[in-house]
Amino acid sequence: MAGHADEAAAIGGGKSAAVAAWDAENSARRRLILIGRIVVGVVFVSFWEFSSGRLIDKLFVSSPSAVSSRLWKWLLEGSLWNHLSITLYATALGFIIGSLVGFVLGLLFGRFQTVADIFDPYITALYSIPKIALAPLFIIWFGIGIESKVAVSASIVFFVVFLNTYAGVRDVNPIFVHATRIMGGNELHVLRHVMIPSAASWVITGLKVSVPYALVGTVIGEFMSSNRGIGFIIAQATGLFDTTSVFAGLVLLGVVGAIINVALRHAETWLLRWKASN
Amino acid sequence: MSIVIRGAAKRYVSRGREIRALDPVDLDIKAGEFIAFVGPSGCGKSTLLNMVAGILPMTGGTISHDGKPVSGINRAVGYMTQVDSVLPWHTVFDNVELPLKFRGVPVAERRRRVTEMLALVNLTGFENSFPIELSGGMRKRVALAQVLVYDPTTLLMDEPFGALDAQLKLMMQAQLLSIWQATGKTVVFVTHDLAEAVTLANRVVVFSGRPGRIKVIETVPLSYPRDPFKVRFNPQFETAYGTLWAALAPEIAKGEAI
Ligand SMILES: Nc1ncnc2c1ncn2[C@@H]1O[C@H](COP(=O)(O)OP(=O)(O)OP(=O)(O)O)[C@@H](O)[C@H]1O
Ligand SMILES: [Mg+2]
Repeated sequence: MAGHADEAAAIGGGKSAAVAAWDAENSARRRLILIGRIVVGVVFVSFWEFSSGRLIDKLFVSSPSAVSSRLWKWLLEGSLWNHLSITLYATALGFIIGSLVGFVLGLLFGRFQTVADIFDPYITALYSIPKIALAPLFIIWFGIGIESKVAVSASIVFFVVFLNTYAGVRDVNPIFVHATRIMGGNELHVLRHVMIPSAASWVITGLKVSVPYALVGTVIGEFMSSNRGIGFIIAQATGLFDTTSVFAGLVLLGVVGAIINVALRHAETWLLRWKASN
Repeated sequence: MSIVIRGAAKRYVSRGREIRALDPVDLDIKAGEFIAFVGPSGCGKSTLLNMVAGILPMTGGTISHDGKPVSGINRAVGYMTQVDSVLPWHTVFDNVELPLKFRGVPVAERRRRVTEMLALVNLTGFENSFPIELSGGMRKRVALAQVLVYDPTTLLMDEPFGALDAQLKLMMQAQLLSIWQATGKTVVFVTHDLAEAVTLANRVVVFSGRPGRIKVIETVPLSYPRDPFKVRFNPQFETAYGTLWAALAPEIAKGEAI
């Protein structure tokens, strides 16, 4: 059919002038943003270093140089990895358990409306309890080891993922379900090719929001009672008025959180590449 | 007989009100026939197709397809729905491959048939595009490839070419006719465009305004093969169009008066 060759050419390989111009404009903007970010970071750290001991007592804010040499010392001693690994491990485990259970239950509830309606008030009640208030209970149940931290972060992650998955499944367009069934798909195919991809943007949003929560849950668990982990370092240092260690712990948490978020953003972009971009 | 419809009716209950979408309809559709449905908007054409496809329970009557009563999803049809049903998260290739996957066709054959179908609807080169990257007309062609690829005996098409421009519409009509003649499929074709109905169909069914009923069934006396670009200048076309329009016009006017 005429026009077909043109259409194919329109998406064909080779950079056209328009693509090149778009690329150039985009990379200029990205460079500007990168420079801006570096400037903001440098200004902030310099101001912190300058004001510490001059404007504000060092006891309250420590200083970037003290914090970085503390981190360096921990790194050399091996205690940095010792504490960081336990926190990351508890966070990851809590995240995985919470999101798996949340995802599966979300799918089930989304599929079976009556079950969802029966459980609704109880879920709402449980959801309304601040999960942090469960931490003491988890410590009684699971002890001060890693299990109680996993339980706190899993309970936070569970609700976020569960509610998003449930909403996502309810949001599926029935046309897609019917079309898939007529084409010969069974229940499992419908789940795999319609329910999950359609709910994906909801689920991914849920996962993205819940990773920082998982970290929060673990650290809170560590605050309350533990003998290892970043939360433990911060709590212990606070007791000793050792602000340098407190800040070093906070910097670690911030860096870890940022790395996880960047990874999630990339995952999201790839998984949702079928949606309209810009 | 391909499709036998006996007293099929549909009432919707929506927000406490009952809507009579379709009054009992009787219709026999012969195997290999090309039949077109026309009627004012909201007269139940899509409702009837949904019932033949088994995605909508009837409130009365029976429908059988290829000798089997329809109860639940009817996998023996290919259904091009009125709204887009191409899965937006799969590429064009994956979308067309899907029914073959579901039906257990081996990989090599799947690849061959999908490639063939995409060539047939002129979408070669778009295998890896996502539906959002295509025009509305191109998405319709993906949907067409998707229902043709698994070779169902019966095609249900709900305003498949409504979104296309006049040129492309005529080309797609020509292509559909040649596929139909080559394969001997039964085609049930819903359209708003009476000229399109007369161009394509053996028989045209005119529905009355809501609640939908069959008002007139008219056989189009034109012989096949028909050329959609030329057939409208045939005097027999004009006669058939005239008769059908006389039946359809008052129904449309009635709809607008409400
Ligand atoms: N889910 C629903 N709930 C309530 N009423 C409905 C529902 N679906 C359709 N209807 C009603 O049934 C009637 C028939 O709808 P249908 O979609 O079959 O019409 P149609 O002939 O295909 O119209 P069009 O040509 O505009 O596509 C309409 O009047 C509509 O209001
Ligand atoms: Mg319709």
